[in-house]
Amino acid sequence: MYQYDHYDQAMVDARVEEFRDQARRRLEGQLTEDQFKPLRLMNGLYLQLHAYMLRVAIPYGTLNGRQMHALADIADTYDRGYGHFTTRQNIQYNWIKLEDAADILADLAKVEMHAIQTSGNCIRNISSDHFAGAAADERVDPRPYAELLRQWSSFHPEFSYLPRKFKIAVIASDTDRAAMRLHDIGINILRNDSGELGAAFYVGGGMGRTPMIAPLIREFVPLDQLVTYAEACLRVYNRYGRRDNKYKARIKILVHEMGAEEYARQVDAEFAHLLEQGVEPPLAELERIKTFFVDPAFASDAGADIDRSDSDFALWLDRNTVAHKAPGYTSAVISLKPVGGIPGDATAEQMHLMADLARNYSFDELRVMHTQNIVLPHVRKADLHNLWTALDAAGLGSPNLGTVEDIIACPGLDYCSLANARSIPIAQQISERFAASGKTEALGQLKLKISGCINACGHHHAGHIGILGVDRKGVENYQLLLGGSEAEDVSLAKITGPGFDEAGIVDAVETAADIYLRERQDGERFLDTYRRIGMDPFKEALYG
Amino acid sequence: MRLLTGNDLKTGAVTWWTGSDWSLHVEDAADVSGSEDEIARREESARRVNAPNAIDAELQDGSPRPAHIKDRVRALGPTVRPDLTLKPADPEIGNWVI
Repeated sequence: MYQYDHYDQAMVDARVEEFRDQARRRLEGQLTEDQFKPLRLMNGLYLQLHAYMLRVAIPYGTLNGRQMHALADIADTYDRGYGHFTTRQNIQYNWIKLEDAADILADLAKVEMHAIQTSGNCIRNISSDHFAGAAADERVDPRPYAELLRQWSSFHPEFSYLPRKFKIAVIASDTDRAAMRLHDIGINILRNDSGELGAAFYVGGGMGRTPMIAPLIREFVPLDQLVTYAEACLRVYNRYGRRDNKYKARIKILVHEMGAEEYARQVDAEFAHLLEQGVEPPLAELERIKTFFVDPAFASDAGADIDRSDSDFALWLDRNTVAHKAPGYTSAVISLKPVGGIPGDATAEQMHLMADLARNYSFDELRVMHTQNIVLPHVRKADLHNLWTALDAAGLGSPNLGTVEDIIACPGLDYCSLANARSIPIAQQISERFAASGKTEALGQLKLKISGCINACGHHHAGHIGILGVDRKGVENYQLLLGGSEAEDVSLAKITGPGFDEAGIVDAVETAADIYLRERQDGERFLDTYRRIGMDPFKEALYG
Repeated sequence: MRLLTGNDLKTGAVTWWTGSDWSLHVEDAADVSGSEDEIARREESARRVNAPNAIDAELQDGSPRPAHIKDRVRALGPTVRPDLTLKPADPEIGNWVI
């Protein structure tokens, strides 16, 4: 994985000391909250419902064991013994003290991490395929391109005060595991007819209050023009994006109102101009970055035989391991979704364990999934039983990847000052309901996503089943949505009808699931059945 | 009634104006109807509170109960982690919030 050079480390260290001074001045009264707020937000420090919350960037979700140990130590030393892995492959701490914040950033800097650009109207942490570098179906590892863009976008003076926040995802396979087309810019690294690598650019996607699927803006950008084209996309947005209305300030609104063709035309004009300016880093820089992402030393005799005689282990194998590009290896998913648990939360002890297991079984690598689970990307099949045994003993062995129990949920009203309703209790009750009913296996792949407000951090628009919490005259109410997908078959979920109360939404999800079980044809997922039969049978069952 | 709440500047902890000081416990909160802006300005400038704001509440069994669920969650702590709330030993506290 990428390692900081002298410049990276110097920049991050300088930022820590700058923030230490800013925090000191705030505590001594030399800065008002209005003056300090934008400064702390630039360093990922929010004031949330119960305390300060620190969001730490995990670039494209990639971590090593030392970094995971450091995250665990921060949870133990400065927070309340746990952290929350987010839908942007980051981690958040919920109980931070301002007087500790600079020390935390210093601890992060020691392991080449920071919280820069995890808030504010700038280019946020760049996300990617959580199986990058391991997936059997990838064309190339997308992370060097994500890293190139991370370096370009870090402290970019022109893009530090955009009309609104800006999110980029990079993938390199036909299978989309990063919700690529629901980003401000989605990039797919692919080959043209001549076999040359380049990038397809999708611009203007997003969730939030106005969900949109990003249209294709350019089919192929040569790799030696990747940064220049991205810069052109941002420049047109920075020039025309609305700053008068926060709710219409995202690039998706600009692309929609301008029209994708006209936006692409303007980007092309800016691109042509920029090509003459020489803003593209030399390809040698990309090649340098690629050297940090070479494959680990996979054993040629890893072996592929697995003893499946333990039925619990076999179930975990079937659900939580994914095909790897190297013979004898697999990617193993550590579920942070125990039945009745809080999606995405991990204790310091669990983080330490995951770091140790990464060192012992996965070449010291971990990944954070946008679905709030953790991946050990390179595990020898021969080691899987030992790995599972250790995970299971620590409450991390839930065999539920991609099932109705593998729920995405934002922190919701339990933690977030923006939320209108609680998300986590709904997730807990649904996972308990389906685990008790025994329907999880029969339902197969069913992606359920819950947001506690219209900002959609829980990706409810992209759920096969989505739930949106709203405030109805001071009472929590939950809208049910069906038919969304964040994958390569991307679609936006539609609302079924009137909302439900807390108990009613759990019943409603089960009702929708039962309609699927009744109506499905061979091989159909929930999403396939919904797309075939439409909304009406579900509405009939839900509302009579 | 109106309550004045904010966060402790150093720790970020939720605090409530008692009439003479700040408390972590909403049951200590005083009715500030009519004087919330003046108190907020004074206390914020003295850095005894951060981001103060006034909320609606009602008296329930002699103690103030914020009118909106968000403020009740804020007053108590996360409903999904009773161990981290201000009243971890009270099995009925969830009913107060919801």
